[in-house]
Amino acid sequence: MDAAPIIAARGVSKAFQVDGRVVQALRDISMYANEREFVTLIGPSGCGKSTMLNLIAGLLEPDEGEIAFRGNARARRLGRISYMPQRDMLLPWRRLLDNILLGPEIMRRDRRAARQRALELLPLFGLEGFEDSYPFELSGGMRQRAALLRTLLCEQEVVLLDEPLGALDALTRRTMRDWLIEIWERFQQTMIFVTHDVDEAVLLSDRIYVFSPRPGHIIRELEIPLPRPRSEAMIIDPAFLGARDAILAELGLDHG
Amino acid sequence: MADRATLRRAIGTRANWVLPPLGLILALLLLWQAAVALFEIQPWLLPSPLQILRAGWAARPLLWPHVWQTTQETVLGFLSALVIGLSLGILIDRSPRVRAAIYPLLVFSQTIPIIAIAPLLIIWFGYGILPKIIVVALICFFPIVVNTADGLRATDPEQIALLRTMGATRRDTFLKVQMPGAMPMVFSGIKVGITYSVVGAIIGEWVGAARGIGVFMLRATASFRTDWVFVSIALTAALSLTLFGLVTVVERLTLGWHYAATRQERWEEISEEKR
Ligand SMILES: Nc1ncnc2c1ncn2[C@@H]1O[C@H](COP(=O)(O)OP(=O)(O)O)[C@@H](O)[C@H]1O
Ligand SMILES: [Mg+2]
Repeated sequence: MDAAPIIAARGVSKAFQVDGRVVQALRDISMYANEREFVTLIGPSGCGKSTMLNLIAGLLEPDEGEIAFRGNARARRLGRISYMPQRDMLLPWRRLLDNILLGPEIMRRDRRAARQRALELLPLFGLEGFEDSYPFELSGGMRQRAALLRTLLCEQEVVLLDEPLGALDALTRRTMRDWLIEIWERFQQTMIFVTHDVDEAVLLSDRIYVFSPRPGHIIRELEIPLPRPRSEAMIIDPAFLGARDAILAELGLDHG
Repeated sequence: MADRATLRRAIGTRANWVLPPLGLILALLLLWQAAVALFEIQPWLLPSPLQILRAGWAARPLLWPHVWQTTQETVLGFLSALVIGLSLGILIDRSPRVRAAIYPLLVFSQTIPIIAIAPLLIIWFGYGILPKIIVVALICFFPIVVNTADGLRATDPEQIALLRTMGATRRDTFLKVQMPGAMPMVFSGIKVGITYSVVGAIIGEWVGAARGIGVFMLRATASFRTDWVFVSIALTAALSLTLFGLVTVVERLTLGWHYAATRQERWEEISEEKR
């Protein structure tokens, strides 16, 4: 660890009121992400992963504990962290290009430059020629890629991705996984990634936090010693298999 | 490039849409015409469609000022309703307290019979165009307010959350998410409103006016010109339909995304069911 972490959560708890009942979503979470690190949160559905991202993004404030951005627990995080929510949230009345330029538009950046950059990146995201399409005209994979491109065009140093491959079928998911590796190598931003797919987590991450079922807390932290750049071929690497088995055991999924 | 077949199919679909109602109306008119001739019904009791058409054509110069007057009242009343309706709808969405205060009052305002208010408006504002504008506005602002407020309220909170992560202000989320998302609902409200607006103007005229389709209608009734009564009914319908059609055109132009998207969803549902 060279410098102070760019994101650091200390003792974070969060509960929700649902129909008068208190639902404890997260309990005493401490985690961090260093600059340019790929950190994954993995855990069963409903364990509070999305809630954790909402807290990091600044959409929610923790009940207990604190979240520091660049070492400052009182820093404003809204508007300074790129977030790709679990559902793609493309605005149905905007054409693709206007959807992906939403971030620069809200941040009042130079429109011409942002547009130029978006047009450059469209081919890499397989969206060339669809600039003028409405979201409903796009396939599930294209929508996800558009949402990811919109997120990256916000050009913040920290990127939160909530199950970006979740809505895809297995085949598309695999192609997208390779492609996501490529994207990360290229953009080199700090990524905090949420998934419930173990292979995906190990293949992509530098470090993984394993969450328990609700109320979510961290039951294991793993470094993944695979070299960069990563590739699909590493799924037979002993380091990959070791990490995978450890996570599956933590999640209680080993031996079926 | 639209090839011939698609073009022909598109025209075909249009035709499927327009022809049945047109055919039905034509059949009913023919039936009416035949019945009047067959049973030798007196024109003062029920004139035939052709007689009505002829009477209307002959009275053209007489009718024009009346139609123009009613059109003005309707359009001005509708525009006031639009401005007031949108503003109130937005206000209601902004503050729960305003919602709690205004909503019951709004519903109450709709339970007052317009025919009872119209004479009061004449007492307060005289015989000019203003009381008619107010009646029209009163009749058509309600669906606009309610639909605007409900449409704004129905915004997906996650869309707003996304914009907030980009550092959006409340103004940004309102202009870029809430308002565009509410537009389909707003337009439904506008369409309901505009349908009633011409009738509102005519009620306003009945209570006291010098000109307007309503005035013409009253005079025709008083002098047993049944054909002219029917002419005014036809004019009322034509004016309502024209205004409704204009709104629909504006709606199609601004909400193309909405129509295309819902059509696609329907289509997907149908294909699901078939499978
Ligand atoms: N805004 C909210 N209001 C009430 N309950 C919530 C809210 N957000 C999340 N929850 C609850 O918190 C728990 C964790 O949810 P979530 O963070 O979405 O889990 P995950 O992303 O791991 O599937 C769930 O029980 C969920 O119902
Ligand atoms: Mg989630």
